[in-house]
Amino acid sequence: MSDSKKPFKKSASYREWRDSAYASQKERRAKFSSISFREQPELVTPENGGGVDYQQDLGFPGEYPFTRGVQPTMYRGRVWTMRQFAGFGSPEDTNQRFKYLLDHGQTGLSTAFDMPCLMGYDPDHPRSLGEVGREGVSVATLEDMGILFDGIALDKVTTSMTINCTATVAFAFYFALAKQRNISFDKIGGTIQNDMFKEFIAQKEWISPPPPSVKLVCDVIEFCANSAPKFNPVSISGYHIREAGSTAVQELAFTIADGLGYVEHCLGRGMKIDDFAPRLSFFFDVHNDFFEEIAKFRAARRLWARLMRERYGAKTDAACKLRTHAQTAGVSLTAQQPVNNVARVALQALAAVLGGVQSLHTNSMDETLSLPTEDAVRVALRTQQIIAEESGVTNTVDPLGGSYYIERLTNEIESEALEYIKQIDALGGMLKAVEIGFPQKEIAEAAYQFQLDVDAKEQCIVGVNKYTEGGEQEIPTLKIDHAAEKKQVERIKAYKTRRDLNKHKAALASVKSACVENRNVVPVLIDAVQDGVTLGEVSDIYREVFGVYSDPGML
Amino acid sequence: MSDSNSPSRPVRILIAKAGLDGHDRGAKVIARALRDAGMEVIYTGLHQTTENIVRAAIQEDVDCIGLSILSGAHMTLFPDLLEKLKKEGADDIAVFGGGIIPKDDIEALKKLGVKEIFIPGTHTQDVISWIQNNITVQE
Repeated sequence: MSDSKKPFKKSASYREWRDSAYASQKERRAKFSSISFREQPELVTPENGGGVDYQQDLGFPGEYPFTRGVQPTMYRGRVWTMRQFAGFGSPEDTNQRFKYLLDHGQTGLSTAFDMPCLMGYDPDHPRSLGEVGREGVSVATLEDMGILFDGIALDKVTTSMTINCTATVAFAFYFALAKQRNISFDKIGGTIQNDMFKEFIAQKEWISPPPPSVKLVCDVIEFCANSAPKFNPVSISGYHIREAGSTAVQELAFTIADGLGYVEHCLGRGMKIDDFAPRLSFFFDVHNDFFEEIAKFRAARRLWARLMRERYGAKTDAACKLRTHAQTAGVSLTAQQPVNNVARVALQALAAVLGGVQSLHTNSMDETLSLPTEDAVRVALRTQQIIAEESGVTNTVDPLGGSYYIERLTNEIESEALEYIKQIDALGGMLKAVEIGFPQKEIAEAAYQFQLDVDAKEQCIVGVNKYTEGGEQEIPTLKIDHAAEKKQVERIKAYKTRRDLNKHKAALASVKSACVENRNVVPVLIDAVQDGVTLGEVSDIYREVFGVYSDPGML
Repeated sequence: MSDSNSPSRPVRILIAKAGLDGHDRGAKVIARALRDAGMEVIYTGLHQTTENIVRAAIQEDVDCIGLSILSGAHMTLFPDLLEKLKKEGADDIAVFGGGIIPKDDIEALKKLGVKEIFIPGTHTQDVISWIQNNITVQE
């Protein structure tokens, strides 16, 4: 009998519906999987995992376990911070880009430093040749930091700094600059990434081995707890882990486990959980699988809150809140038909907003080719503004809460992440896990599997392995002048001759003894950089005292 | 030079990461894909100087080097590698590469002697086939 002649049908259960629907229907694919290899259910109902206990699993926004959001009013109270990552060339070049972005409605700054800064070399070091200002801004001295933030009020704008093994130095530059401008530390808001666990796992920017690197991370956490209460001393990151090829669950699990690692180190120093945990912040990727990403953010908040309370006895809401920045997935962008990237970024940004993030960076369409042009970054910023002003999704908090599918996904992701965390516990914690290469291996496997899926066209990438017609669009790309390198090299040489040699010598000695005596380096650095100590010089002291780490080079 | 249709040993490739760049996802995926295709692959690990890469290439007796750069420093590091290979009398080792490299720069690098550049979106089979068709096993 044809469908149009069939009598009225109403299934009494999911099972009945499924059996009846699939008796005659065929699906167009053998499997429907997310990019994290998760097989998606054809339908979710309260009978197959979509049920939820409101108080236990969700709670109200701004209340434990924060599934629905860390603030009660979320975007009705305050829209997320639009914080585009920016940096290239000389401090003047980036200062100009910062001002461009602020003029176009961005609400917070985010600094990309160049590879020499990120690896601990001054611009005039032989290893910096060809790398100065190419992947971020060159900032090697307090003077450079001053130029970078020329005309920008440190107590009125919050800045995020993406820097890790040399985070202590960048932090010292920023706060020494505040001191020079007579701004008290308790007025300064912002974030420094300062997350070394994920460096060993994914981003791979390091100087010394894991144990002293973690010690330096916690120096900044301790300093901020005591002296800079509005500043986030760490941005515990999953972005790089995901970009390196992990699944969504691995991204969440390893990030949370990294956080637990820092918590344990800080507790080991005698710090109290309710004193430092409120300022631990996070940074996640927001990738292609729309619902999986939304669920990941909700699972993250609930997982972290439960761990803080159940494992560490946190007594305040503040200590349990997972506040997060997000960035749309760089790896999802294509070099082929680059204008399509605008659509990708829009969907990813929407997922981040529906996931309840506090701060967001949207990638520019040209980033598989070079750093963003002004025009491209403006479109990326406008994408966020369109979501905020035109889409209507900000009008109601956690609008997808209660969706059977979203709640089931949130539960699954939380419990799968917890499995990984227990594995890491069994290995002895994140430090041990990193040292034996456990997360690194998981990530490499997932990355390889994903590539096999793309090669086999199991995973479609529009413009790359499907819909490749009309591919040769040329868009303008940013060219970074090699003159910026020359300028920075000459500048630091001149800086080194202008310093008071005696003060500089004493400052270097004070940094070294703080390291040797295992004291908190941060206050010492804030003074030392004012006496002309450079980023490379501090890094050399770290190399000498804490040792040098090399890539084990495992495939 | 042997008949490249039936060499007595598999092609040997050094996959290298030079400079301060820490992005190794692509290099590792390519290295593994080449290995799975039956090639002999040595991976240098991160943060190698071009001196190290040349030394490793000679020591390991490779037929070609695949250099991966995503830090924007490609216009310094590729030419530097080519120059150092020439200086060591090892410029019979072909150099190809991958990473974040805009079209204009790809053309410039090829003019300098880089044999091919593979950008994001490349199918691993394309790299495998290119090596099979363009790299001679140096016996």
